Amino acid sequence: MLSSVAAPAPIFSVRALSKRFGEAQVVKDLSFDIAPGECLGVIGPNGAGKTTTIRMCLGLTTPDSGQVLFKPQGAQPLSMPSDGLAIKARLGIVSQFDSLDPDFSCAENLLVFGRYFGLPDALIKERIPKLLEFAALTSKADAKLSELSGGMKRRLSLARALVNDPDLLLLDEPTTGLDPQARHLMWERLQRLVQQGKSILLTTHFMDEAERLCNRLLVLDHGHKMCEGAPRELIAQHLEPDVVEVYGTGALALADSPLRALAQRTEVSGETVFFYTQDAKALLTALNDFPQLRTLHRPANLEDLFLKLTGRQIREDA
Amino acid sequence: MSATALPARAPSIWRAPRISARWMPVFRRNLLVWRKLFVPSLVGNIAEPLITLVAFGYGLGALVGQVELGGQAVPYIVFLASGSICMSAMNAASFEALYSAFSRMHVQRTWDGIMNAPVLLDDVVMAEMLWAAFKSLFTTTVILAVMLILGISASPWLLLAWPLLALVGVVFASIALIFNALAKGYDFFTYYFTLFLTPTMFLSGVFFPREQLPGFMQAIAQWLPLTAAVELVRPLFLGQLPANGLQHLAVLVTYAVGGFWVALALTRKRFKA
Repeated sequence: MLSSVAAPAPIFSVRALSKRFGEAQVVKDLSFDIAPGECLGVIGPNGAGKTTTIRMCLGLTTPDSGQVLFKPQGAQPLSMPSDGLAIKARLGIVSQFDSLDPDFSCAENLLVFGRYFGLPDALIKERIPKLLEFAALTSKADAKLSELSGGMKRRLSLARALVNDPDLLLLDEPTTGLDPQARHLMWERLQRLVQQGKSILLTTHFMDEAERLCNRLLVLDHGHKMCEGAPRELIAQHLEPDVVEVYGTGALALADSPLRALAQRTEVSGETVFFYTQDAKALLTALNDFPQLRTLHRPANLEDLFLKLTGRQIREDA
Repeated sequence: MSATALPARAPSIWRAPRISARWMPVFRRNLLVWRKLFVPSLVGNIAEPLITLVAFGYGLGALVGQVELGGQAVPYIVFLASGSICMSAMNAASFEALYSAFSRMHVQRTWDGIMNAPVLLDDVVMAEMLWAAFKSLFTTTVILAVMLILGISASPWLLLAWPLLALVGVVFASIALIFNALAKGYDFFTYYFTLFLTPTMFLSGVFFPREQLPGFMQAIAQWLPLTAAVELVRPLFLGQLPANGLQHLAVLVTYAVGGFWVALALTRKRFKA
């Protein structure tokens, strides 16, 4: 197995999932597991199959083949879509677009949503203050939805997904469109949930988010799994540790210059040359001869990995 | 790792409805919203039919006097009241199951949110249908009360009209949900109103007896759901039991069951994409 993380019995398993829409193979033979208390991140370019995968996990899209299994501890495994309702009773879902009720206050949104799970009003009303506190919305309990900022709405969506005290959360781009403050607050709350033992399946376009939150990552492209593992391990496995970015007038010429020999790998993107190297010392010294160029020396990160695996080109069809 | 491939089995959209008690929290959701908008909604739903009744009933009624109905002379206001209450049931259910349901389904994504919880689409569609029928019944109940107060009819048989009007709400809610399932935007509903509901209104004997229509139109009108409703409700206003009551009831039940089935199938298709 790829992952070196000690694997307890998974709570959620996807086996050999495939889906094609007409000619397009959107998801290809995809398998992964989520352990209790684990946050698994799914990253990939637009059109990589992330949302289709989530939809199949929710039983909203029927796979052509493969299985989606939910395995609660000490109980029979449940299979999507035949046990869809029983599985959803144990899931919390935050979809890409808010589907909060604009006619209701924050507290009413939680109450009404809890009823869809068949929970008695008394139990939901007991949970509402805690959920609002978790979402940092206590003072907004009776506020109408139109009074909330984007970050508040996302946190209310998260609180709503927790109303049934789920074992597993499915979050489709939970911080897209949020400002840095709102994102950090969201991250802090998600980390808290993982510490409480909840499992999370998360899709994101933000590499810092993936690196910070996820125990394990799955890189998806053209519907199939490019690699899987802990963020740091993946970076170490696929990339040289040091990156030197060079940009400014004449930077592009360096890509074909003798400097190239000082790096293991060289890439060009736009006006910037990226040198990937085991040790940047010699390269940085050589770059002193080009004072007009600006350089940035930094450790390799998840974004480098992502771009190496999925390419630097903008995709017209995405 | 052994991966057992499951054969793809997309179930037919025409399979039988699978309804559970989970339609109730969805219905209650709509009720909670409505309670907040109760007064404006009350005025909107009831003012228009009453204005029609007063304008046509007393205005036109003064010109027309009485209408010949199966060898019986009936005051025009009673003739109109008994027809227009069926039309109000139709309109109220149609508006709710088109514009309001479409807002919840498409614009606000309320249905998507609901189906993230353990609630099936079948339950959501059932809840929307019953909700539209409920709003329709609420409207007709208030209108009926006003008619009683105005002394248009005092027949004890009106008690029977009430459940019948509930059924009329179910029929038109179900049919409207078919068009809700097909709609790309609100504009689409204009076709439904101008091409179906408005002709229905004039063909079904609400404002004048169907016998006034040319023969081929009568043949069509005979099988319209609003005709069945009027044929059932009007005699009750006159203190009589409807002739061919079972036939008209069968027409309404057929439209209700068939309409809901088609609406559910097309909504399933819409949500499968």
